[in-house]
Amino acid sequence: MKRLFAVLAATLLVVIATGATAQISIVIEEGNRDATPIAIVPFARQGTGFPAEDLAGIIDGDLARSGQFLPIAREDMLGRPSTESEVFYRDWRSINARYLLIGRESMNGPQLRVDYELFDVTSQRKVFSGYEAGPVSEARMLAHRVADEVYEHLTGVRGAFATKLLYISVTRVPGGKDYSRLTMSDSDGARPIVLLETQEPLLAPTWSPDGKEVAYVSFETGRPAIYRQELATGRRQQLTNFKGLNGAPAWSPDGKTMAMTLSKDGNPDIYLMDLATKQLTQIVRHYAIDTEPAWMPDGQSLLFTSDRGGKPQIYRYDLRTGKTERVTHEGNYNARARVSQDGRSVVMVHQQDGRFQIAVLDLVTNRLTPLTSTELDESPSIAPNGSMVLYATKYAERGILAAVAVDGDAKFRLPAREGDVREPAWSPYLSR
Amino acid sequence: MKYLSTAGKTVALLFSAALLVACSGSDTQEQDEAAAAAAAAAAAAHSAQQAEDAAQMARLEEAAAEVGNVFYFEYDSSTLTPQALSAVNAHIAVLHRNTENIRLEGHTDERGTREYNMALGERRANSVRDYMVANGISSMRIETISYGEERPVAYGSGEANWAENRRVELKPQ
Repeated sequence: MKRLFAVLAATLLVVIATGATAQISIVIEEGNRDATPIAIVPFARQGTGFPAEDLAGIIDGDLARSGQFLPIAREDMLGRPSTESEVFYRDWRSINARYLLIGRESMNGPQLRVDYELFDVTSQRKVFSGYEAGPVSEARMLAHRVADEVYEHLTGVRGAFATKLLYISVTRVPGGKDYSRLTMSDSDGARPIVLLETQEPLLAPTWSPDGKEVAYVSFETGRPAIYRQELATGRRQQLTNFKGLNGAPAWSPDGKTMAMTLSKDGNPDIYLMDLATKQLTQIVRHYAIDTEPAWMPDGQSLLFTSDRGGKPQIYRYDLRTGKTERVTHEGNYNARARVSQDGRSVVMVHQQDGRFQIAVLDLVTNRLTPLTSTELDESPSIAPNGSMVLYATKYAERGILAAVAVDGDAKFRLPAREGDVREPAWSPYLSR
Repeated sequence: MKYLSTAGKTVALLFSAALLVACSGSDTQEQDEAAAAAAAAAAAAHSAQQAEDAAQMARLEEAAAEVGNVFYFEYDSSTLTPQALSAVNAHIAVLHRNTENIRLEGHTDERGTREYNMALGERRANSVRDYMVANGISSMRIETISYGEERPVAYGSGEANWAENRRVELKPQ
């Protein structure tokens, strides 16, 4: 036991630290050709004590990444209005802006407040106005919330910029043990925080449905085990420690149950753990590999990967009937499903012509559409509003994160400054 | 194996000879001398046997070292290839003659999903374990673990690197 503790102390470091660790930045590769031009004017500031962040710039970046908007360069703007009375529509029409966003920042003690107004340049009307307020340390989050509002008013779809990403970043140690870090950042890759660091493998990070906890698999004891960890306190709990595989944790939509892969009875099967009692129920039993459970949003069925047919394919297990049916039929490798919040789209890893790509299956039309065309794409994770799919790929022999719009029209990369990044998990909508 | 039984026969012969000598004696002194001679012979045989055993073990260990402690697999397969089989056989020969516990670590290449590869790595480790158990090694002595694609030895892509990563490593526990 003493020895175990020493090993733990040596290999494991739970830290909450911001820094340059695996900071990811954005490179937009492809935008939608029909992207809507929008002018986002730098926000006016009244008073002192403002954060260093350029809030308008953050909103600009968010909308550009969506692929649905084409922010206009600041140098092309003919004015810098911050109130409605300073808006001259002809200035914005002349540079082909379809919409115009202006705003004002003010400080009230440690609180930052952003008032903003959105205008339709074509109809020369104010679309809406609003404000966001919060601690100055959350300035970036306030900007993302403004971007969410703009996005929702103009597309009719809720924005997903004020969300977080989880990912694993790895620093290679040639000839030794790599460093793995469980990292959380804003949806644009900014403000990375290391939640856990170890020299043993870390994988399968996932979110609780309320966005307040994460679960993952860590080999820190020398064997794989599933842990859950509270984000606010850092408090964590080991959920499993079975012989064999302990993997692929997936929180049920109601947060009460964790689906997982265990091979304690000989080969990998899907189990459900009641998180209150820790009681296990085996739901899928087969001599083949069964793994990668993913809940349907109604919590009544789960998708999982199985090679019971000879090659990995996605199956669906219905908790009410206890029946299993095959979901994917196209191609000889379909695995690791993730379901959109509306339950209609399933993103997965799909092999085609020897390449592993991200594909989306429409459960209503049964149509499978490849979203990417690179070679080693994996770990797709869908934004809570269903607009983008984040995934891991290789670029210049390094593991990077990339994203693609579900309609396939926009793509961007989030390369890390150092090391490899992989296994992104997009958070659910976060409460304020 | 053939060599082993020959050594065994030699020991048996020496013991029978000593026994004959002991039985043919008529008085206690003779009996004592005979017993001493038999003991000496047995001791000599024993140490000869020990030396032979050690030499034999060294040869087996050398053979196992020569094939290495890594067994390679085909893509998406956990079937032992002929090369892997002969390598595992060399280790089985050593394991029959020692009491060491071992750990079998299953690994995959980077293709395919991480959790599926965890399962595939386990299947590979289990397939080596099952073969060892079928050949008389106690399953109690074998621990298996899968690292999936998380611990590559070759970092690059392409078949040459992938082939190096699709493996089971045998390590002392």
